[in-house]
Amino acid sequence: MNIVVCVKYVPDAQSERTFNESDNTTDRVGVDGLLSELDEYAVEEALKIVEAGEGEVTVLTVGPDQAADAVKKALQMGADKGVHVNDEAIHGSDSVATSLVLAEAIKKIGDADLVLTGMASTDGTMSVVPAMLAERLGLPQVTFASELTVDGQQVTIRRDGDAASETIVASLPALVSVTDQINEPRYPSFKGIMAAKKKPVETWGLADLGVDASQVGLDAAWTKVESFTKRPPRQQGQIVTDEGDGGTKLAEFLSAQKFI
Amino acid sequence: MFELSKDHEDFRKVVREFAEAEVAPHIAQWDREHHFPVDLVPKMGELGLFGLVVPEEFGGMGDDGDFTSLCVAIEELGRVDQSIGITLSAGVGLGINPILTYGSQEQKERFLPDLVAGRALAGFGLTEPDAGSDAGATRTKAVRDGDEWVVNGAKAFITNSGTDITSVVTVTARTGTNDDGSAQISAIMVPNGTPGFTVEPAYDKLGWHASDTHGLTFQDCRVPVGNLLGTEGNGFKQFLKTLDDGRIAISALAVGMSQRMLEETTSYAKTRKAFGNPIGVNQGVSFQIADLAVMVEASRQLTYKAAWLKDELEKGRRSVAEVKQAAAICKLYSTEAAVTATRIATQVFGGNGFMEEYPVARFYRDAKILEIGEGTSEVQRMVIARNLGLPTA
Ligand SMILES: Cc1cc2nc3c(=O)[nH]c(=O)nc-3n(C[C@H](O)[C@H](O)[C@H](O)COP(=O)(O)OP(=O)(O)OC[C@H]3O[C@@H](n4cnc5c(N)ncnc54)[C@H](O)[C@@H]3O)c2cc1C
Repeated sequence: MNIVVCVKYVPDAQSERTFNESDNTTDRVGVDGLLSELDEYAVEEALKIVEAGEGEVTVLTVGPDQAADAVKKALQMGADKGVHVNDEAIHGSDSVATSLVLAEAIKKIGDADLVLTGMASTDGTMSVVPAMLAERLGLPQVTFASELTVDGQQVTIRRDGDAASETIVASLPALVSVTDQINEPRYPSFKGIMAAKKKPVETWGLADLGVDASQVGLDAAWTKVESFTKRPPRQQGQIVTDEGDGGTKLAEFLSAQKFI
Repeated sequence: MFELSKDHEDFRKVVREFAEAEVAPHIAQWDREHHFPVDLVPKMGELGLFGLVVPEEFGGMGDDGDFTSLCVAIEELGRVDQSIGITLSAGVGLGINPILTYGSQEQKERFLPDLVAGRALAGFGLTEPDAGSDAGATRTKAVRDGDEWVVNGAKAFITNSGTDITSVVTVTARTGTNDDGSAQISAIMVPNGTPGFTVEPAYDKLGWHASDTHGLTFQDCRVPVGNLLGTEGNGFKQFLKTLDDGRIAISALAVGMSQRMLEETTSYAKTRKAFGNPIGVNQGVSFQIADLAVMVEASRQLTYKAAWLKDELEKGRRSVAEVKQAAAICKLYSTEAAVTATRIATQVFGGNGFMEEYPVARFYRDAKILEIGEGTSEVQRMVIARNLGLPTA
């Protein structure tokens, strides 16, 4: 079983996240970044599948130089090898372009029985790349898996909705996105950190994938951020003294804010 | 010269992430309830924390690990909570180290794999109600009776000795008298649960509430002769030899504490307002924090220098005497600096510093023991003075 896990390097939600002043894209260079927490679940699930049977886990990321850290973290957790697609021209790509680059990279890696992704990135949170990627690769897409079992040539997932839980079966190869309910991602162990140093990581550019620079990047994006303003600093809360009419005052406040 | 490698820094990141996620959210409660978080120990084992100085054959990290990595782990745990830091420090320094250094192959195979995995903890009982700094005054006795040692006596303040997963406590005991009349002391492993071995109720401590500390009593407690650790009559010397590591480890714990105090005071001084300004605009506040930064840097340098010397000693490139002196120096300085750091931090926090709602209060309570355990500050000064060749009493 060969599994490719797509992972994203995102700005750390703990630090101040912002956009680049010059082109209104997410600033991934000037802030601390890390492997998107939601992708850790996909890495963990891949490792569990391989540990229970056999096979190899390849982590794939598309991103700037710093994104190598996301690959490294996944290798420290236990993935076998890494692929980092890094090309100036990719900067500013939207999900459509990102899914194209990922799809070509997965084809080049070859022989993937299962492609795993997180349910969304923690920065863009669009949650569309898995679907686009499945479409481009011509794979069945089973998304938002809270449970996953691989059995012979098929994968079964549980997808928890508001009203019902669905059990969905797809034939392999397939693409599955997983939720944060599926497992408890491990921490890299000391052994894992040391072992990761010896694991192979390939770095590819667009030319290696046969993708033309005009298909990606800011200019090819279907949507653009025209402008951005920083969220105003949080205002001090309003204290309502209850003089017997506390309930009414709360209701008035909520209605003034259009909550009720 | 020494510096932390990229691997050490990568490892630091992981331990920090672990401590922030697995310890930080629960520690106020554990501290309040004097709860030893036994479930955390195997998780620490999975990270590899207990095996950093242990060969691979017992589940350790082998040549990949080193003592410096252990100090990094202790510092990072200690930055979030000191009780958890000491659990690791004592677990390795007092629990694992003596068995690793003096145990027979059979003893190592029996105890180490579980200790390294975090499935078990071991304690080391040297201190007694009437023998602490003067450990040679040990009164606990072990008498040979056929194939067994019969142990009688009491130990005081023994870390990790009474947890649900404690497998064994190594105790020092008199096993005879030397020609000069002094006591012959040996180290004997007493598995928990051995009849005659009683773990007393946990102490009510000023700090380290989430760390496990008990008095132990031995009443005609019988263990097989094979439980002798190392050579008969050499227990005291053996202990002194493993002491240096423990001191450097406590120093790393102190670095974590001072570092945390620096972070806490820096952010508080920027946001807390008095007289219309953040309190940090006052030099009376900011200079104290500047001093704190100096202490953190100095403690860290001394500690990792000593850890590096210890790693070099393992490779035969440095002498025991150098490590001994560096260990006493860093332990003395870093722990006294940590006590000062918590005093500065609580002062900068004002009334809030006295409230358990803020972690500085917990660190303030946790600081004092650092100047006492693994040799008091006075004992460190004695060691340093002796190494300088000064006359001794
Ligand atoms: C929470 C906790 C955990 C501990 N864990 C362990 C453990 O796991 N295993 C273990 O064996 N021990 C443990 N200890 C014991 C600890 O190591 C001793 O408390 C410490 O070594 C001091 O010994 P003492 O308490 O007998 O003090 P004393 O030796 O009675 O010292 C009292 C004071 O006299 C001073 N003093 C003594 N002799 C001299 C001298 N010659 N010159 C100058 N000053 C001197 C000391 O510095 C100190 O200030 C622990 C203690 C605590 C509080």
